[in-house]
Amino acid sequence: MRVLIKGAGVAGLCLAHELSTRGIAVTVAERTPGFAGAASWFAGGMLAPWCERESAEEAVLTKGVGAIDWWDDALPGAVSRNGTLVVAPPRDAGELKRFASRTSGFDWLDAAAIERLEPALAGRFREALFFPGEAHLDPRLALSQLRQKLADRGVTFIAEMGDGGEHDLIADCTGAARIGATPGLRGVRGEMLYLRTGEVELSRPVRLIHPRIPLYIVPRGDGLFMCGATMIETDDGGPITARSLMELLNAAYALHPAFGEARLVETGTGVRPGFANNLPRVTRAGQVITINGLYRHGFLLSPALAAEAAELAVAPALKGDAA
Amino acid sequence: MLTLYGQDLRSRLLLGTARYPSPAALEDAVRSSGTEIVTVSLRRETAGGRQGGAFFELIRALGVHVLPNTAGCHSVSEAVLTAKMAREVFGTNWLKLEVIGHHDTLQPDVFALVEAARILSDEGFEVFPYTTDDLVVAERLLEAGCKVLMPWCAPIGSAMGPQNIPALRAIRANFPDVPLIVDAGIGRPSHATTVMELGFDAVLLNTAVAGAARPALMASAFAAAIDAGRQAFEAGMLEPRDFAVPSTPVIGKAVFA
Repeated sequence: MRVLIKGAGVAGLCLAHELSTRGIAVTVAERTPGFAGAASWFAGGMLAPWCERESAEEAVLTKGVGAIDWWDDALPGAVSRNGTLVVAPPRDAGELKRFASRTSGFDWLDAAAIERLEPALAGRFREALFFPGEAHLDPRLALSQLRQKLADRGVTFIAEMGDGGEHDLIADCTGAARIGATPGLRGVRGEMLYLRTGEVELSRPVRLIHPRIPLYIVPRGDGLFMCGATMIETDDGGPITARSLMELLNAAYALHPAFGEARLVETGTGVRPGFANNLPRVTRAGQVITINGLYRHGFLLSPALAAEAAELAVAPALKGDAA
Repeated sequence: MLTLYGQDLRSRLLLGTARYPSPAALEDAVRSSGTEIVTVSLRRETAGGRQGGAFFELIRALGVHVLPNTAGCHSVSEAVLTAKMAREVFGTNWLKLEVIGHHDTLQPDVFALVEAARILSDEGFEVFPYTTDDLVVAERLLEAGCKVLMPWCAPIGSAMGPQNIPALRAIRANFPDVPLIVDAGIGRPSHATTVMELGFDAVLLNTAVAGAARPALMASAFAAAIDAGRQAFEAGMLEPRDFAVPSTPVIGKAVFA
């Protein structure tokens, strides 16, 4: 069986990995060379199923919990298993309790424990939630490494999006490009930025809870920090707005004043594809399998969705062989 | 029956549409609340995009009255501009007028509010002003042309519930014929019951429902609480007193038992 995967974002590459692992010949069609068009390029790369449960359905936790091992197996060394730290300014302490009431898999930390985990935050927060089971990766590095691994395995990457005529099966992983074509699929704009500073060191993603402007900061190493991300109900992928930039920077500054002196090295906008319940779907219609609706959970849920899609791809063929 | 700018309504709950976990959760909450009016912020979702406002489509598809709001506006001109955009997008003269005076607490700028209310009322808008519980400001808003008032009972999103009952009573007593909707500060159903018992006509909620672990269930809890408060107000409540009063007459009872 030969499969053409359309879309080389995180969903497409995870599916290519699952299929090629099963010995299936795979071609991946990219709309643009590189990953610039993919929402995954602007992702935080947090593998945080317990934290996400604060606002997401239970399925995000159950399907996402295996993602950490999946990425670790697929790309040894790419995953940092340092957990997630969730903090709130003293006046929003109630928000931390609310977060705790919606989630599981955490420990309450006092100021001394926060300092042991993240010395840079010493004296800044009196209490925090620590989710020890969570992990993070660098999405851009992971996408590049996964693409390279697939190429080494013999997966072909082509530039054009043909009709897949010479293939037995097409897998549509084009994400937000399907908005308008796939009923019920909408875009949720996410703006992010990269800061560089040598004055702060963090070992794990830190989430700052704020009633209006929640922020996460993910350390990428070498003084680089990814800060995100807004959630705006539109598929407008245009440049970050002044308001969003101001709010993200304000929140970063509230987490640590040294971010005020950091260099703003990049801003970006991704459009997350989401269905009404913000849960992804794998569907099959004839010889076309579709993965879409990964919303803000591309790296967290693509492994599970890719495995489901791979089973869908293989199962009918086996039945056919038996008949 | 509640009447707002000539529109008869059965439900006395108005629901905000921000900050739900998902559009599906929002829709479930709207359905289970039985609300007939949802408020929508126009500021950020209008950024554009290929779908021309998929979120607005979703709101329209709910099939309830839309009350656009000017959330996040900090000046008269900004609020007036946003109001005009809202009228175009939603084809309604209704407008929840919000002019924020303080970035952090989101406290209304009542001076700008009155001015914007006058401008918009003159231009044919039917203004629902989000205001404080100040009696004089309420009076000025009515003079400016508002036919509905929406005083807060505590700061937006604070979930503190009614903080100044005497002020709420005073507004109700001074404007017996003006529809009064408590907007902002309600955290739990008992808060909503309390203000409805005071004789307020309706309650506007957002965070208390959107931020609940199960928004749809909380929405129906609020609907029941608002009904209970309204029915109690219409039924006429006892006033508290300082001493016990037996519920069963004691005269004629055998007292030597």
